[in-house]
Amino acid sequence: MRYEAPTTVKGAVKLLAGKAGLARVLAGGTDLLVQMRTDRVAPDLIVDVKRIAGMRRIEAKAGGFRIGAAVSGAELGEHKGMRKAWPGVVEAACLIGSTQVQGRATLAGNLCNASPAADSVPALIAAGAAVVVVGPRGRRTVPVEQIPVGPGRTSLKRGELVEAILLPKRPPRSGDAYLRFIPRSEMDIAVVGAGVSLTLDRQGVCSAARVALGAVAERVIRVPEAEAALIGTKVDGEALERMAASCSAACRPIDDKRGTREFRIKVAGVLARRAAAIALKRARGK
Amino acid sequence: MPLDAKFDPATHHFRLVGTRPLRPDGYDKVVGRARFGADASAPGMLVGRILRSPHPHARIRAIDTARAAKLPGVKAIVTRDDFKDGDPSLKDVLVNVMARDKALYDGHAVAAVAATSASVARKALKLIRVDYEILPHVTDVDEAMKPGAPILHGDMRTENIEPAPKKASNVASRCEFGHGDPEQGFKQADVVIERRFKTEATHQGYIEPHACLASVGSDGQGELWVCTQGHYMVRNTCAALVGMDVSKLRVTASEIGGGFGGKTTVFIEPVALALSRKAGKPVKLVMSREEVFRASGPTSSASMTVKIGVTRHGRITGAHADIRFQGGAFAGSPIELGAMSAFACYDLEHVKAVGWDVVTNRPKQAAYRAPGAPMVAFAVESVLDELAHKIGMDPVELRLKNTAKEGTRSSYGPKYNRIGLAACLEAARRHPHYEAPLGPNQGRGIAAGFWFNFGGQTCVSLNVNIDGTVALAVGTPDIGGSRASMCMMAAEELGIEYDKVRAIVADTSSLGYNDISEGSRVTFSTGLATIAAARDAIGKLCARAAKIWGIAPEAVVWENGRARPAGPNAGDFAPLSLAEIAKTAAKTGGPIAGHHEVNADGAGVSFAVHLCDAEVDPETGRVTIKRYTVVQDAGKAIHPSYVEGQFQGGAAQGIGWALNEEYVYGRDGRLQNPGFLDYRIPVASDLPMIDTVIVEVPNPGHPYGVRGVGETSIVPPLAAIDKAKAGKKRR
Repeated sequence: MRYEAPTTVKGAVKLLAGKAGLARVLAGGTDLLVQMRTDRVAPDLIVDVKRIAGMRRIEAKAGGFRIGAAVSGAELGEHKGMRKAWPGVVEAACLIGSTQVQGRATLAGNLCNASPAADSVPALIAAGAAVVVVGPRGRRTVPVEQIPVGPGRTSLKRGELVEAILLPKRPPRSGDAYLRFIPRSEMDIAVVGAGVSLTLDRQGVCSAARVALGAVAERVIRVPEAEAALIGTKVDGEALERMAASCSAACRPIDDKRGTREFRIKVAGVLARRAAAIALKRARGK
Repeated sequence: MPLDAKFDPATHHFRLVGTRPLRPDGYDKVVGRARFGADASAPGMLVGRILRSPHPHARIRAIDTARAAKLPGVKAIVTRDDFKDGDPSLKDVLVNVMARDKALYDGHAVAAVAATSASVARKALKLIRVDYEILPHVTDVDEAMKPGAPILHGDMRTENIEPAPKKASNVASRCEFGHGDPEQGFKQADVVIERRFKTEATHQGYIEPHACLASVGSDGQGELWVCTQGHYMVRNTCAALVGMDVSKLRVTASEIGGGFGGKTTVFIEPVALALSRKAGKPVKLVMSREEVFRASGPTSSASMTVKIGVTRHGRITGAHADIRFQGGAFAGSPIELGAMSAFACYDLEHVKAVGWDVVTNRPKQAAYRAPGAPMVAFAVESVLDELAHKIGMDPVELRLKNTAKEGTRSSYGPKYNRIGLAACLEAARRHPHYEAPLGPNQGRGIAAGFWFNFGGQTCVSLNVNIDGTVALAVGTPDIGGSRASMCMMAAEELGIEYDKVRAIVADTSSLGYNDISEGSRVTFSTGLATIAAARDAIGKLCARAAKIWGIAPEAVVWENGRARPAGPNAGDFAPLSLAEIAKTAAKTGGPIAGHHEVNADGAGVSFAVHLCDAEVDPETGRVTIKRYTVVQDAGKAIHPSYVEGQFQGGAAQGIGWALNEEYVYGRDGRLQNPGFLDYRIPVASDLPMIDTVIVEVPNPGHPYGVRGVGETSIVPPLAAIDKAKAGKKRR
């Protein structure tokens, strides 16, 4: 096994695109190292991206933010601007693992690990985030929801890596939130996760909404029907119930050791409704 | 050495007992200097790794190690061929350590390698070819009992049933305890409730995985450094399994990162010894967390039917339990302890508990804190709670009306000596928690629990040093702060300061045999032996003083750490302190030491009552424990902080068992959650501060009245939490 720590994105792409057998990107390593230790993956090449300039920075950009791929959850949690603009995203990122894990784990790693239960991904999709992908053919910007395609699988091609995550400018009268169900209070993997972001017009009517669910399908899903249930309403009880029903209807989960199909379908609606209520409160500036 | 009839621990003024000094092992543990199992190393040490069966049930047709043996760096490989049949009583232990004709569970050891590095050892395991014939498997206790279930052992016939069965079965044996006739009792009842319960297996969840370092020389002498609750047991068992004289194997117990009963048997130790002997070099073997889950000893899972009848006035007229435990692939689940403890809290005329010991394709269970009792108490206490509700009686009142007391014939046979259940029930009812208001979606549960406690073989040596300090050697690994308690008891007797006594856990060649640290026996029996050894030393100290003074030894008494003449007739001499006598020991007869060897009897049983408030999210079912109170009889708390720690620890593990901990087997018979991510023990933020009340009803079997406290605390939580979850508010 070869370990490389390039200092440029170009260098990283070159390594990843080379004929090195199985290559893996190392950012926080909180998934990769565990997978290696349990014999689930045995990479021939590990490319550590933490020494690449800009990878560990959060920059304000066009009213939004550019978050380097190696920024840790703890760094994100301490960033005042991000906390104010996208509290749902920050909360989701800060739910991952423990305080120790927080010091290493990254949004990009959480996304590229492509777990259907990844906590930050529903929040990022709800927030309308995109990623900057760099590869042998240059840079491209891709919506977050297009990165995971199935459990452990992404749409990234050989030689490609995520350089940064882009969060848009937060529109006025907007709020976001993420909630998950775990049987414990921390140190766990979501049985169901729900991210909601919504915007109100001056009359308090919902003008835009994005809803995403985790751990209810082979990848994190966006639920347009749930969004439609909110748009044009005052996000009252009835609208929330319709949104919850749409969420449950969109679920296609599995039964596994963490939860049953039936439980996930029901709780997806409950959590989406509760997350929407929090997002609404935030949009109203409370 | 029982409690002196004239000595009342409740009113006696102890100088040290009952205080809370720092533990002698605390500093090392905090700064990282303490040496645990995996911290041992030796020159030329090899790394051992074990190959484990991926199949829950398979015949092993052949094991081909030729390719692995050729890998550079591989120094030894052992398989079933390296372990010969010996002591028939250890056959199951041997087969569990290394599979013979069949792999009996997912994780069963099949071969092991010793190599110059971990990566070579790992590669070598991949080169071993095992030819398996996959067989049908069964992991559920009820399924295993059905006719037509896959049979694990062709020679297993259910014991203790008439007529003796001719056909093989997964039911190893039946047992029965009780007296009277429950059927007759039910006829006298106004309300009879029968319910069926199932509980899943849990794991002790100790933080430190099993680890050892074995070194066997070509002269046949061996040493073993190991994390265990009983290094004498490890020595005797390993010596028998690998064919060594007991005297040629010296075992040293490391510090221990938790055991809770799970380190009361051997798993990797005989394998490490066999590898070391074959390689001619020391071999270190450390289990991964996954191996700990798949191949150490979790609890039994249980299936139970409990029937209890009461009168309108709350008198229990009859009680019956039918209890089925699977204990993994070998006979020996704690079914007897489960059946014996089922109704031990109550004074009953008609009571019976029948138990069935069942084998399945799971790892061989090991002890876990009050083995067998928590699940049975869950069933019994749940039915009692329902009965209390039905007859409109306060649940504590119902229990008080039927509580076992001194002189009660217990449901498992013996008559009780002085016991503290009624005192615990009353203390629970008086506690502010009992009447505190509940919030929305909250409920309160209450349950009682019992544990036998144990005494056992114990040997202690106490050496008086030249400077007046004392070295205390005990042979029971310290799993709960026992070195601190022993120092306190020795210092109390000798009349010296706590920090003048240093306790160590001696190795097997330095001190006589000691039973395992189990059955909540250490503070009781090692404490009893320590007190006796101190009194033995005091006798010798007095004799030395007598010699110095030229008077008869009987004319010397020991008071406040000094020898002094017994009275005016004995002579007029200034008292001599322990340090003064120690200083001149060479001139008065040589070293001064106290010893005591005992097979301690009279471990008093311990009862507890738990109160739990839980809040349930009505939409998701998520449970939060809001408040928890443990009330338990400690007899006499030597070090109250460690008693409270045991109360809280048992409650915390019980909360885990009640809410989220369970062994999940897939249809493929493989363990689905062999790690702390999906085997969910409670984390700190899952628990409220657990309140404790120490009740002290002295145990007549101990000089200070001590009762073991380590296990009872895990018995009531399952029922208490379940009732709290169900939102059953007290009337």
